[in-house]
Amino acid sequence: MIKVLLGSNLKNFTNGVEEIELEASSVKSLITEMDRRYPGIADALESGFALAIDGEVIANPGYEKLADVSEVRFLSPLQGG
Amino acid sequence: MSVVTKENSAKQSYKYVGTRPVRHDGLEKVNGKARFAADITKPRMIHGLVLRSPHAHAKILSIDTTEAEAMPGVKAVVSASDFPLPKKDEGFPHRSKNLIARDKVRYEGQAVAAVAATTRRQAREAAAKIIVNYQELPNVMTIDEAMAEDATLVHENLITKGSDSKTAKPSNIAERDFYERGDIDVGFAEADFVYEHEFTTESLHQGYIEPHACLADTGKDGRSEIWCSSQGHFMVRSATANMLGWETSRIKVVPAEIGGGFGGKTTIYLEPLAVKLSEKADRPVKMVMSRDEVFKATGPTAGTKIRVKIGAKKSGEITAGKAWLAYQSGAFPGPWGMVGGWCVFACYNIPNVQIEAFEIILNRPVSIPYRAPSAPMAAYPTETVLDQIAKEIDMDPIDLRLLNAVKEGDVQLGDFGGKYPRIGIKETLEAIKNHPNYKIPLAPNQGRGIATGYWFNIAESSSATINLSEDGRAVVMTGSPDIGGSRVSMAIMAAEVIGIDVKLIQPVVGDTETVGFTDVTEGSRATYATGIAVVNAAKKIVSKLRERASIMWECNLEDVEWVDGRAIHKDGKESPMSITEITAKAKKTGGPLNAIGSLETKGQGPAFSTQLCDLEVDPETGKVTILRYTTAQDAGTAIHPSYVEGQMQGGVVQGIGMALNEEYIYNQKGILENPGFLDYRMPVASDLPMIDTVIVEVPNPKHPYGVRGVGEVGIVPPLAAVANAIHDAIGVRLREAPMSPVKVLKALNQKNGKN
Repeated sequence: MIKVLLGSNLKNFTNGVEEIELEASSVKSLITEMDRRYPGIADALESGFALAIDGEVIANPGYEKLADVSEVRFLSPLQGG
Repeated sequence: MSVVTKENSAKQSYKYVGTRPVRHDGLEKVNGKARFAADITKPRMIHGLVLRSPHAHAKILSIDTTEAEAMPGVKAVVSASDFPLPKKDEGFPHRSKNLIARDKVRYEGQAVAAVAATTRRQAREAAAKIIVNYQELPNVMTIDEAMAEDATLVHENLITKGSDSKTAKPSNIAERDFYERGDIDVGFAEADFVYEHEFTTESLHQGYIEPHACLADTGKDGRSEIWCSSQGHFMVRSATANMLGWETSRIKVVPAEIGGGFGGKTTIYLEPLAVKLSEKADRPVKMVMSRDEVFKATGPTAGTKIRVKIGAKKSGEITAGKAWLAYQSGAFPGPWGMVGGWCVFACYNIPNVQIEAFEIILNRPVSIPYRAPSAPMAAYPTETVLDQIAKEIDMDPIDLRLLNAVKEGDVQLGDFGGKYPRIGIKETLEAIKNHPNYKIPLAPNQGRGIATGYWFNIAESSSATINLSEDGRAVVMTGSPDIGGSRVSMAIMAAEVIGIDVKLIQPVVGDTETVGFTDVTEGSRATYATGIAVVNAAKKIVSKLRERASIMWECNLEDVEWVDGRAIHKDGKESPMSITEITAKAKKTGGPLNAIGSLETKGQGPAFSTQLCDLEVDPETGKVTILRYTTAQDAGTAIHPSYVEGQMQGGVVQGIGMALNEEYIYNQKGILENPGFLDYRMPVASDLPMIDTVIVEVPNPKHPYGVRGVGEVGIVPPLAAVANAIHDAIGVRLREAPMSPVKVLKALNQKNGKN
């Protein structure tokens, strides 16, 4: 099971739930399953998001494999100067 | 200037990495030949100009352009109705809604319409004839006003993201982020000292010298070419296409030289307007902002209100940290509170933490990145309270930080949740502690301050193409605009791999149709991420050179090694063959020699900087004079140390500006009163001493040469370093930036019992 931590950009879709556990083999399947449970999440992510997969930040995620991954955190898109 | 190398034994073998060659674009930059966006001209070109809102907050009842269109020389007029309706949620920075007002104006200076005419004067006169009927609304200019229960709403239907509230009531709070670990109450109960203070900072502009400018030429074929300066021309292409509702491929963007960006040119303002005006007029349209427009309509960074509470034991061990942060987002939501929350305690391993961050909407221009955006304001309270604790327990402020500093394996705060990789915070602290400037005696009214800063850095996508010419020289083309010496850094990395002198490499910034996609230069990413793309392309070139040598020697590829820019036969059966000998016969051995490196990168690694400020306060006037300033920063590996030092010094100078002088000043009607460099006071060379630099090198294992981004973190500590030095000099804590002479004098008078 993967622990999925939802940033503030997604909590409005989950009635405030901040953490869920899911089985998923990839980021794509993870989002599909999240959208099934909380309709609208996939559309919301279309405007951009980043991920921390076991603490490693991915600026443009989408199809990463999640074998042996224990934690995925959804982040708002990263901005720097 | 010095370089302190830690665990970087690989550097000893580098021939070009770590050297200081003259930058390839240096001559053109100093003799005036370099072409910036405002220098570009085209036959039949006309001039575009924007009509901007005179109100901070107003409904647009109607726009009548009839009279303007009939004015002499006018070729086209556009307003919001010429652009497709924006998507419901287009994500930060909400360009389509921000770049031309549709239903409401939400800050003074927001674009309402644009005119193109034969001359700039005709365009200005025509813009004055556009009739806009406004219904003025009350404005919301401060965090307190915006968060008030009965606040005027900037967006009538904005629901807070991440709110705990079950009642979905619109407000000016765009987002609430909350992180915690441990037990905050237990942490404070364990502390011998607890300090809690509130700090404020004001909106600031990036202050780049070159105003935003572009030239767009839209043809009858429905395609448009744009020449502009930006921190990422692929971003300009996609953002412009998005606002126009066009396919991306209809737009080509040619990067001009950039006269400073510092985060402020990671977005667009003029380009879609210029493309649409050009389409309507069937002429190339050039648009150049005035300085007034730059201040009023382009991104400042967020002003803030932050409360920090820190508890520590007498030993100096921090037991708990609590932060409440509110960031001004301007007229549309951004991520600034969230990012501030990530950074506020990121330097320290604190067992019990609670962070609550808010994104506040007001009638100000949209906040845009400015060099480590959000981080300086978050470091200001933490580093100032730590200074207070050090004084309380009579501990050296560097030792206090060393005791609590994060290290490899510690869990990062905020949303990341990962463990710190190899980092250099400890080394930067030690570098300052060991620096001779730390021991210089101080005179009365002089003070010394220490502060440390963190920035996470960003990686993203980059591309590079390398072409070898017949004479053995290389053209290295990347998609990253050169905003701080990246051309020469790319040439150095290519030289190191290929083994030819840096002077034999010509680094070029390609346009959107000649080089692969490259993300905007932000998050200190260019030398890291685009550098990896260059190294990958260079390694492919070396493989091809070995292959060509094996063809010419009629031997197996495995028998050919590449050493110091030459092919060497492993068994010594052939004389070494130079790159020139191979490239000269490229047509006979398989054709032109070129290679591409293109990838989405990660593993950029965080950056840390520790800084030492010595200053003197004039007790009669409150004026602060910086006497000495020393900065130690972990660069991973400095590819070109001079440009690393330049980034470190530039960050410090901008941070000192934040600390002492710079602020947006609005009147009651929400009108900016200091939109020019005379009244918006940035530090200049004559205000400051030479900034002493110590490059600390703790290599980043994820980069082939150990690079970590250096462009931003230097701006993070100065706010706190200056505040701590002022306290050391005159015994007062200043918690409102900028710490201008008026505020210093007021605090001094209060301390001395004067009014």
